[in-house]
Amino acid sequence: MSAVIDTHAGEHHHGPAKGITRWLFTTNHKDIGTMYLVFSFAMFLFGGSMAMVIRAELFQPGLQIVDPEFFNQMTTMHGLIMVFGAVMPAFVGLANWMLPMMVGAPDMALPRMNNWSFWLLPCAFLILASTLFMSGGAPNFGWTFYAPLSTTYGPPSTTFFIFAVHIMGISSIMGAINVIATILNLRAPGMTLMKMPLFVWTWLITAFLLIAVMPVLAGVVTMMLMDINFGTSFFDASGGGDPVLFQHVFWFFGHPEVYIMILPAFGAVSHIIPAFSRKPLFGYASMVYAVGAIALLSFVVWAHHMFTVGIPIAGQLFFMYATMLIAVPTGVKVFNWVATMFRGALTFEAPMLFAVAFVILFTIGGFSGLMLAIAPADFQYHDTYFVVAHFHYVLVPGAIFGIFASAYFWLPKWTGHMYDETLAKTHFWLSFIGMNLAFFPMHFLGLAGMPRRIPDYALQFADFNMVSSIGAFMFGATQLLFLLIVVKCIRGGEQAPAKPWEGAEGLEWTLPSPPPYHSFQTPPEVK
Amino acid sequence: MGVHAMRAGVLAGGLLLPAWSMADWTLNMTPGVTGTSNEIFSLHMTILWICVAIGVVVFGVMFWSILAHRKSEGHKPAHFHENTAVEVAWTIIPFVILVIMAIPATATLVDMYDTEESDIDIKITGYQWKWRYDYINDDFGFFSNMATSQDEIYNRAAKSEHYLLDVDNPLVIPVGKKVRFLVTANDVIHSWWVPAFGVKKDAIPGFINETWTRVDEPGIYRGQCTELCGRDHGFMPVVVKAVPQAEYDAWVQDQLAAAELERQLTEKEWTLEELLERGERVYATACAACHQANGAGIPPTFPALKGNPVVTEDLPAHLDIVVNGVSGTAMQAFGPQLSEADLAAVITYERNAWGNNTGEMITPKQVFDYKNQQ
Amino acid sequence: MTGSPQPSTRSNARVIAWCLAGVVGMFGFGFALVPLYEVFCDITGINGKTGGRYESSVPLERDESRIVEVQFLAQNGPDMPWVFKPVTRSIEVHPGEPTTVVFYAENPTAKAMVGQAVPSLAPAEGTLYFHKTECFCFNQQTLQAGETVQMPLVFIVDKALPEHIHKLTLSYTLYDQSVMGEVSRIKQAITTTNRNG
Repeated sequence: MSAVIDTHAGEHHHGPAKGITRWLFTTNHKDIGTMYLVFSFAMFLFGGSMAMVIRAELFQPGLQIVDPEFFNQMTTMHGLIMVFGAVMPAFVGLANWMLPMMVGAPDMALPRMNNWSFWLLPCAFLILASTLFMSGGAPNFGWTFYAPLSTTYGPPSTTFFIFAVHIMGISSIMGAINVIATILNLRAPGMTLMKMPLFVWTWLITAFLLIAVMPVLAGVVTMMLMDINFGTSFFDASGGGDPVLFQHVFWFFGHPEVYIMILPAFGAVSHIIPAFSRKPLFGYASMVYAVGAIALLSFVVWAHHMFTVGIPIAGQLFFMYATMLIAVPTGVKVFNWVATMFRGALTFEAPMLFAVAFVILFTIGGFSGLMLAIAPADFQYHDTYFVVAHFHYVLVPGAIFGIFASAYFWLPKWTGHMYDETLAKTHFWLSFIGMNLAFFPMHFLGLAGMPRRIPDYALQFADFNMVSSIGAFMFGATQLLFLLIVVKCIRGGEQAPAKPWEGAEGLEWTLPSPPPYHSFQTPPEVK
Repeated sequence: MGVHAMRAGVLAGGLLLPAWSMADWTLNMTPGVTGTSNEIFSLHMTILWICVAIGVVVFGVMFWSILAHRKSEGHKPAHFHENTAVEVAWTIIPFVILVIMAIPATATLVDMYDTEESDIDIKITGYQWKWRYDYINDDFGFFSNMATSQDEIYNRAAKSEHYLLDVDNPLVIPVGKKVRFLVTANDVIHSWWVPAFGVKKDAIPGFINETWTRVDEPGIYRGQCTELCGRDHGFMPVVVKAVPQAEYDAWVQDQLAAAELERQLTEKEWTLEELLERGERVYATACAACHQANGAGIPPTFPALKGNPVVTEDLPAHLDIVVNGVSGTAMQAFGPQLSEADLAAVITYERNAWGNNTGEMITPKQVFDYKNQQ
Repeated sequence: MTGSPQPSTRSNARVIAWCLAGVVGMFGFGFALVPLYEVFCDITGINGKTGGRYESSVPLERDESRIVEVQFLAQNGPDMPWVFKPVTRSIEVHPGEPTTVVFYAENPTAKAMVGQAVPSLAPAEGTLYFHKTECFCFNQQTLQAGETVQMPLVFIVDKALPEHIHKLTLSYTLYDQSVMGEVSRIKQAITTTNRNG
């Protein structure tokens, strides 16, 4: 990305190195942020192509393209790659680019560790991807890898999968430490906690969540490793273990993990909506408290993923009530965004389109989440396509649209060029239609009784599956357009001013576009 | 309600797409046939309409802003950015709505957990990839395998009406009786689900779960395994036949008589042709999913049987593997699952099919002796 | 990196130290969940796993006014060839009354094998009130080739069993705990065969 090169006259004694070493040894937050984003997009296409295989097999009833064994590997790898390879690194990339500029710092607090935490990721995913070529195939037990299917009955590649999870866990933890150190230590004078931009706030809370739960994930895969290779029986009933314990530990990690994937998007959208409404964010303080409340509640709701395992009624009720409670702070956020738009002066450039779609579709995902929280109803919804529809509604228009909105919002800042607005709007509309076509019918399929993770289905599910597959192909193909738009924007285009969006607020817009290699050489004053 | 309108709309939109005569455009959950499933359905509808109402208000305001408060319409932005009263209201009101929703949900849950005073107890055991039903009170049980043929699945034959949702031996229960299910699993976690009953329970190896149902309407009800349990997770349907009490009693007597007949089959003198014919059927339900109908398997996970030295030469090893399974692989012990007649038939079939023409046969009596003299 | 607002390395070190402490603590917490869950289940009985040998200094009082049905189930774990079943399928007892029932096990194979029965009780709520004073599940069982055995279980249902529970189902799953030299030989033979085509 040549455009990132410092064009700021007079200060080029700290410009980037040349060639490949620039990327291998870089400690610069912008270079590392770029690498995270590029890596994440590559993984998005990789995991997305697996989704295409899944949808192609499900296009019609019967087995046409892949064996059920390979189908299970596809669903597993799709989930793992999208969660750990696409969404999480994308947010770390955004954090790397934006946090120093938003808090008025020259760089991240721990630049060398930053380099290390990025370069671990390709290693982890190389190992994970290599399992596809191993004898016995890749992990085939779903991204939730429930024991004993993943332990006693797992393929030989499970040990490599565990190793890969360990490495990506270390990478995430180092990334989180860096974020916390940057936010706590490098804020510009005058920027108190309650003056921090919301993206900074949401990332601070996300980083704490990461530090709290990634080690638990590491713990649970370590226990698996010991069960598989060292003869322990944490999760094996025959040795006195308990398979349900696995689910408790996994979801203790897993539920906060879903907020790790959405909170930074909340933050970014809280910048974009005010910018294009030309009106300050409504209820800043309540936004911060709501994110905090969501993060805290996320630790006491994990068993709502396990309503059918036979938890006693007192437990069911507790987890049902706690889960329903999450709707309150989430509702507050949605109301605040709507109130921000209310009586603004709205324009609809690509970032705003993605942000508005985010609010609408994420809310729909929230509604189905609320329905799933009702334990008796969950006995019908659980492990059906209704759940698949639900989490794709919170992750695709939630996390992914949040990332696209952020990318379009900040691309002019990053590259110094405006992106092609027409193409970007096309990207939005095709994504929006494709995504809804792919995932909305899944609600109907689930309610009609189609279980998830099946390679073939009964005839009454045929029509909606075909619609869904068509939508998925459309959504998938559209993402290549995004690649084109970004490449075009890097290579040239209309010069972007320091503040390309009329209503945007924040320190990052006081820097020229593109910003100097070291963002703030002298800390700005925040009033 | 608008389901009909929605259905019409979707149908209109779907005209361009080919539709099978079998397929339908079901949009919503069905109320089912039990008290539980009806309660769940009404909870589902209540929550759905509450969500729709909230959605209408929130999206209504939003779309109003999108349409009316555009810069291109010359709208000038206001500058307000907080309002304590409003913020408190939209925290309290959702909370109250949640409490209202929690009350019926709690009542339904309490009812679903009340397994007391059952008339019949049935143990359900999940296996990779079939169900076993044991009638505890009457001391008999059987396996329930999917009956859909591999030809239908691989598109070599037309798909039947209950494609993937048909089994060889359905679970039979009497109507109007409280049936208590004790659910467990042999290998990995499975989940037993019949949507029409509103019953879904995980089957966990080494642990026992309980649930119950009372079906008042005779009929055949279909469901599936809903917890990923390996390769053929999508191919282990649940079929329940609810019949009047008298019919149920007769069926139980038939089952007991059939078990006796099975014992006699072991003693019978069999010819190679009889064994091959029976063996082909057993192979199709018990073996073909992994080792494939043509015996080619899916190496390396599922070895080929065609031309395999264990099958063509080493009879004792062949018998041992089929009866006792191979630990740590997907090859399970069929000894406890199949009758002696079925075991003998399928082994004989494997040794003579697909060009494995060994001409050898093994009788049910030999299998019986083997199992007892190992 | 240079730049004027050099972050205080001391405060960075402090943040890293705190974060790492958090990481180590949470990693430990993940493992601590195992015994914690165990203890939690012992206290609440939520996973239906009945406890070890019950010992009480005071003999439990009998409650003649109440009858509880106790039902027994037995099944084998994967690849376990033993015959294993309860001799008594179901029995009615008064709470507080010590009762003995027998399970039958037979090893039909040609080699000595070791089995371990794992108990589970439904409803899980009753777990705390089901006491075993003697059980074959406390130990592994070794059976010689062809050997059969009658295995006793002595239990007491606690008088404090909640009123609404009238039936308890005790289920045993029997697992093969023998070292499987024989089987792994066959497994290896199959993989070799397979590789040879």
